[in-house]
Amino acid sequence: MSILVNKDSKVIFQGFTGQHATFHAQEAIRMGTQVVGGVTPGKGGQTHIDRPVFDTVKDAVEQTGADVSVVFVPPAFTADAVMEAIDGGIKVIVVITDGVPVQDMVRVKRYLIGHDAIIVGPNTAGVITPQACKVGIMPAHIYVPGRIGVVSRSGTLNYEAVEQMSELGLGISTSISIGGDPVNGCDFLTLMKQFAEDDETDAVLMIGEIGGSQEVEAATWARDHMDKPLIGFIAGATAPPGRTMGHAGAIISGEDDTAQAKMKRLAELDVHVVQNAAEIGRTVQQSLQREECVA
Amino acid sequence: MNIHEYQTKDLFRHYKIPVPEGRMAHSANKALTAAEQLGGEGWVVKAQIHAGGRGKAGGVLLAKQLDEVREHAEKLIGSHLVTKQTGEQGRMVNRVLVEQMQDIKAEYYLGLVINRANQRITLIASAAGGMDIEEVAAKSPDKVINEVVDPAVGLQDFQCRKVAASIGLSGKQINMAARIMKRLYRCFRDKDALMAEINPLVITGDGQFLALDAKMSFDGNALFRQPEIADQRDFDEEDPKEVEASGHDLNYIALDGSVGCIVNGAGLAMATMDAISLYGGRPANFLDVGGGASPEKIANAFRIVLEDPNVKVLMLNIYAGINRCDWIAEGIVKAVSDLEVNVPIVVRLAGTNLEEGRKILADSGLQYIHADRLSDAAEKSVKALAGGAA
Repeated sequence: MSILVNKDSKVIFQGFTGQHATFHAQEAIRMGTQVVGGVTPGKGGQTHIDRPVFDTVKDAVEQTGADVSVVFVPPAFTADAVMEAIDGGIKVIVVITDGVPVQDMVRVKRYLIGHDAIIVGPNTAGVITPQACKVGIMPAHIYVPGRIGVVSRSGTLNYEAVEQMSELGLGISTSISIGGDPVNGCDFLTLMKQFAEDDETDAVLMIGEIGGSQEVEAATWARDHMDKPLIGFIAGATAPPGRTMGHAGAIISGEDDTAQAKMKRLAELDVHVVQNAAEIGRTVQQSLQREECVA
Repeated sequence: MNIHEYQTKDLFRHYKIPVPEGRMAHSANKALTAAEQLGGEGWVVKAQIHAGGRGKAGGVLLAKQLDEVREHAEKLIGSHLVTKQTGEQGRMVNRVLVEQMQDIKAEYYLGLVINRANQRITLIASAAGGMDIEEVAAKSPDKVINEVVDPAVGLQDFQCRKVAASIGLSGKQINMAARIMKRLYRCFRDKDALMAEINPLVITGDGQFLALDAKMSFDGNALFRQPEIADQRDFDEEDPKEVEASGHDLNYIALDGSVGCIVNGAGLAMATMDAISLYGGRPANFLDVGGGASPEKIANAFRIVLEDPNVKVLMLNIYAGINRCDWIAEGIVKAVSDLEVNVPIVVRLAGTNLEEGRKILADSGLQYIHADRLSDAAEKSVKALAGGAA
């Protein structure tokens, strides 16, 4: 079934009439995504790229049955837009906006408690289930349908990995970039759990970065609960120390969050660790072959 | 974004967090005047740079006589202070803070951070004040108290009292310390801080609390609504090239290798640097051009990277999603015609409008090394490096 989004997802864009939102809504429609409308406060009742514009998410949900939203509003208004989507009953909220204040996201995460919604982002390339639903800014043509789940922090490194896999004939069930911000909507673990239960995903590729401990938490869970190969890469082995965002978190956890330390931990947790980003595709292929031999 | 100690203490005064009387001075004479105005029987002259570790590096000097204040200030102002956070080149000291010497009975640590693990503001306190808190946390984690703040209600009084008692305070001190914690939290929240630290928070001979040192950093993404914080940015404390790059909306960090890198996206940029190093080269920089890069932006990226005399090869790795390869190619052509480029250029383009981009490069007659893949690009960059050296 893929995860988060599929061909039945009904998508709205918040900040619909802006330039970027318009372009990416058109791209999404071209790939077959059901874009059912959008929200731009003050422009309700108008039509934009042949779809209705609403003043509020509540109106949009009531009149179109939307369950997914892509947020393109400027950073100062992003937190409000995301909470409006949560309140309006949207189930998957993809926040493309870059530059959202961290404390705004702290409040949004608090507001999310008790609501049945998943936030992806901010500062994300978004989510794509190839040939079914694209809610993001990624180049759709490189995403071929298949059975590998991908979750990354970075957008462009996600494209890089996916292209390497496509060249080897490995397609994607769903691919998600969770974004590089220190406080983000959903983490690796949340998505790992969804991939573990997805019948259309045979293996999971996790592309992390220096800072924090989300990758290790997800891998720890996967070792104990997921019966699918997990391939992992951590970017930033050559990043200079002291320039990362992970500093504050590391004080509290006391954990080492360099790329080398994280890759070592992942290897100990039975993850197929990729040392070189240019070898991601091949490592995924080899890990699948190895698992077949074992089976 | 960071601000100086004297600026943080001004902010603290506004929030009624007790700090020592002090004056900032740009010269030895002004430092002397400051000490005279402050009065008292002893003074502390503190170098004002953004890096920590000043005390151990000789950046905090005590004076018993007024003459010594002048001597210390003279010694510090204009010098390069090397601390464990500055790197070996050190930081130029442009100003000092002169404060009255305090009679210290006890030292504590108090801090607030946004904790990545639980994604909430967390209060940190310890009885091991005046020490490196990361070292304390690593060696004896039980000496570091963490209290998580619920964003819906904010830091509560009972939490502050609990923390105060946990670090060994008693009696009236508990409420006094709790008030400081509450005020620090209010300041942190109001000003969109990412980190606030009082190390040490001291109790003086007459039983008063004082924030002897003060450090805060703020969220660069929130500066649009914190104009009075943004105004306090000191560009002298930042790498001039990084400042210039950020003016062009480029994220640049200088490193010490010889392969200049221009990449889109922070993750791909880091992975590209890692790949260069796996093939035996060393990256000269981190540079993320971001999304929607115009030809001008690419040309600026070229200029900034090539200003580094260590750069012997320039490598572009662009995986265009929201970017466009044709714009990137136009930028490359523009940069090469505007600048004197004496190093080999390796170009790897992929994604949106790839064919248009390649055509622009081919039609321009530009000399460059073509790469199809990341591995290619990294390998060819390192090879070009060897070729250039021979």
